[in-house]
Amino acid sequence: MHELSIAHNILEIVQQYVPPNDTRSIKTVRMKVGELSGVVSESLEFCFDAITVGTYLQGAHLDIEPIPLKSECRKCTNTFRVEEYNFRCPSCGSDDLSIIAGRELQVTEIELNDGGDAP
Amino acid sequence: MSVITIERKVLEKNDEIARQNRQLFATHGIFAINIVSSPGAGKTSILERTLEHLRGSIRLAVIEGDVQTDLDARRVARFGVPAVQIVTRGGCHLEANLVRDALASIDLTGVRLLIIENVGNLVCPSNYDLGESMKVVVASTTEGDDKPLKYPTMFRNSSVLIINKIDLLPYVNCSMSTLRSNALQINPSLKVFETSCTTGAGIEEFGRWLVEQASSKR
Repeated sequence: MHELSIAHNILEIVQQYVPPNDTRSIKTVRMKVGELSGVVSESLEFCFDAITVGTYLQGAHLDIEPIPLKSECRKCTNTFRVEEYNFRCPSCGSDDLSIIAGRELQVTEIELNDGGDAP
Repeated sequence: MSVITIERKVLEKNDEIARQNRQLFATHGIFAINIVSSPGAGKTSILERTLEHLRGSIRLAVIEGDVQTDLDARRVARFGVPAVQIVTRGGCHLEANLVRDALASIDLTGVRLLIIENVGNLVCPSNYDLGESMKVVVASTTEGDDKPLKYPTMFRNSSVLIINKIDLLPYVNCSMSTLRSNALQINPSLKVFETSCTTGAGIEEFGRWLVEQASSKR
């Protein structure tokens, strides 16, 4: 259950932008979670909700954007979605690939309840 | 409502400490491996057999990760190797700061090989870079041949696969060729060893490879 430790890391990052004594409350924390990040989004949401109870972040929503696993073939430069973890280029059959998406585990945005303008 | 755009890696703090650990290993010319597997695959037994085999041939140190006990460090210390136990007290994986703290109590002078045995878990340790040169994943034949498909992140992030308990192949429902092809589908560049800690098969080959890797780091 490393999602708990990951949720704590998210909290630490958020606090650097919106400290607990801030008058604005947080509506949403947005993040990207790659298919190959090893993180289960449902567990992460559960942990985030659990550790924010009773804090100034209580009620903030964790909005996770899942990022599909994508590779680029080093032989023929084809880029493609890796299905079923089959790391083989569907175009030329090579297994010499680099992962170009799907390892993400990052916080991207914090949305505030402050009456400011939405982007 | 206003939005703050941040783009920050969640594990950036861990990654930064891992970078410092890696720098420390580079300074000392240390080859460091992070051994991962599910509980009971035989990490500690492989370590014991390997230490027995490497005795006197290379200066090494061991960091043991365990949820609750120091049993593994005691098993390893019998081979006259400096061993530090990290007890995670429920934590399901090692993090870079725990390794950094453990390193502080090891005299690294002359050490060529550092073996870090992670907590038995095929999910959580895959996220946490410890600063190691590479991850070594152990899959035992008693676990069946589908582990790589179930835990693709770990097999993709590892450089070496040890298939352990090969002496039990006649008794278990595990096809060696299926296990290999499943693993290589996820990660074609995996270097594969086949071992048995009961018969000692494959240990010499793995030990020799470790020494080669360690000497190329100098």
